[in-house]
Amino acid sequence: MATKASSKGLTRRQLLARATVAGASFVVGSGFMAARNAAWATELSALKPTTFATLVQMARDIYPHDKIDDQYYVIAVKGYDSPDTADEIEAGIAALDAAARGKGFANYLETGWEKDRVAILRGMEESPFFQKIRGGLVTGLYNQKAVWPIFGYEGESYSKGGYINRGFDDIDWL
Amino acid sequence: MVAKFDLSDDSVVVIIGTGAGGGVLANELAQKGVKVVALEAGGRYLPEDYINDEWESFGQLAWTEPRTTSGDWRVAKDFSGLPAWIVKAVGGTSIHWAGASLRFQDHEFKTKTHYGNVDGANLLDWPIDPAELAPYYDKAEAKLGVTRTGDRPGLPGNNNFKVLEKGAKSLGYEEVNTGHMAINSIEYDDRISCQQTGFCFQGCKWGAKWSSAYTDIPRGEATGNLEVRDHCHVARILHNDQGMASGVEYFDKEGNLQMQKAKIVCVAGNSIESPRVLLNSHSAMFPDGLANSSGQVGRNYMRHTTGSVYGVFDKPVKMWRGTTMAGIVRDEARHDPSRGFVGGYELETLSLGLPFMAAFLDPGGWGREFTSALDSYENMAGMWIVGEDMPQETNRITLNHSVEDAYGLPVANVNYTDHPNDRAMRDHAYARGKAIYEAVGATRTLPTPPYPSTHNLGTNRMSENPRDGVVNKHGQTHDVPNLFISDGSQFTTGAAENPTLTIVALAIRQADFIAGELSKGNI
Repeated sequence: MATKASSKGLTRRQLLARATVAGASFVVGSGFMAARNAAWATELSALKPTTFATLVQMARDIYPHDKIDDQYYVIAVKGYDSPDTADEIEAGIAALDAAARGKGFANYLETGWEKDRVAILRGMEESPFFQKIRGGLVTGLYNQKAVWPIFGYEGESYSKGGYINRGFDDIDWL
Repeated sequence: MVAKFDLSDDSVVVIIGTGAGGGVLANELAQKGVKVVALEAGGRYLPEDYINDEWESFGQLAWTEPRTTSGDWRVAKDFSGLPAWIVKAVGGTSIHWAGASLRFQDHEFKTKTHYGNVDGANLLDWPIDPAELAPYYDKAEAKLGVTRTGDRPGLPGNNNFKVLEKGAKSLGYEEVNTGHMAINSIEYDDRISCQQTGFCFQGCKWGAKWSSAYTDIPRGEATGNLEVRDHCHVARILHNDQGMASGVEYFDKEGNLQMQKAKIVCVAGNSIESPRVLLNSHSAMFPDGLANSSGQVGRNYMRHTTGSVYGVFDKPVKMWRGTTMAGIVRDEARHDPSRGFVGGYELETLSLGLPFMAAFLDPGGWGREFTSALDSYENMAGMWIVGEDMPQETNRITLNHSVEDAYGLPVANVNYTDHPNDRAMRDHAYARGKAIYEAVGATRTLPTPPYPSTHNLGTNRMSENPRDGVVNKHGQTHDVPNLFISDGSQFTTGAAENPTLTIVALAIRQADFIAGELSKGNI
């Protein structure tokens, strides 16, 4: 993994470095830093790293699945890292941070407990920004084929001949 | 040899739409030697093209042109631009339908008589007697290969059905089985039997489920009497000085406006687009839209009283495996006002894949209440409520002149508000669904609000008296003798049953009528 930043982008290492500089509370979650995947290898091109990290935390707080790694939330919101949406996202996250400050926290990311963050989100759930992020996650998160097996969902079955010989009626506990 | 008719050929029957109504009518007429041009807004997709992926398939098949919504139904809030989940393709929504093929109960043809006056409801008896339609139901069942009719056996029950069956029977329900389905349980009519693949809503890749896309349409074309023009979006129906339909204007594949002359025009674009076409066909002679002297075009929009119940169990169900609509409980379909509502409802298994479950389980929902349910996706069983909703004059399709489609035509607005009878029925059905799953040990049950409508009915309804509706008992408009309605919009009331079998039976019957009138020189 290169550490060289593009003109506008940041590499994973730089992002993590800044996260470290900002202190542990900046970290989107220990699982995030420990991720074994290359999700964070994607360079940010438009959003500030703190903004993106906050967005990822927001995504998890909206649709929290403890068995789903951060990498899938990163993929789900990565599309907002674009010049077309950057201003809107920066403004939305700024409003989220302001709401966190209104409740006595430094910002959203440093609001340490999920229940406190959820309370902040509840206060803005009718806002267009919240609805945009939530609505986008419905497909952005749950339509990732890689998350389906985590829920047990088997997806496409035609190429395997359907379930006629593969357990369409295999329920054994009734 | 596929036919090719000239735009100026005024001897043809022009059919708008190629789904269960239009597709069947086109073939039935072609088989009788009647020349037909069928105009279809969508493209051609066959089983090899269908996609076992919910969102991808939606992108391939769904009608996603702009529509608007109003009224107090939750769809207007959650899916404001998508009032209906129906298909834009040759074969129409018969590609997407689940295959449930139930006859109406006799009393459901005469609801005004049997239900009496229901405040706010615009009930009316069908101008058809059940006995009159019975032979056409026979023909429709044979055409579709409906299981448990003729000598066709039922389908085997999948996991989702077994959960429903055990719960329902332990509550004392008796009419519980794997349904009357237009999905082959044995090889029939050159189509193989169900391979329990799931994805019935995405088009059956085996062709085990009946769809006009790969049965009636190609058979009609093989006669040399049917030309299907795909990617042709109808703008309006034209008429002559005598007030008779004379042709249909449409935008072709290249977006050019064309006009096909016609001897007869049949409208089968579903209960949203069919009234829209009539309303968009207004003229000096018909200022309120074609065939609308009653003012009933677009009114009495029905979409069935629906909703779903999902049960979560402590062990896996894997409801997505196999037939989507894998079984039914019919005991509540009766008319029994002691339950607090008129009419009845069916309970039918339903499953959604994870992507659609996330979209439809609780639209707008978020947080752990939502995600903990999805965490149990593998352990879920699901059922869908299909009940008779009340026709109401104010539930209607209108033209929204502030929103235009790609061709500059005003789009349809769909206004729907539940009648108190609808709410009482839905609440009853939710409670029964919950009890069914709890009887099998559900640790949690979830009520899911209605999805965007797939059963769109009633907006050009049949009536004995021209004042009360748009068409007569043959689907012929009261005002324009050579203009017919050939889809579910001609339903006078909606009954508790899935509508497709009745749409097909009416289309077969209408073909007999049209061919007869043509041979007698009456049209």
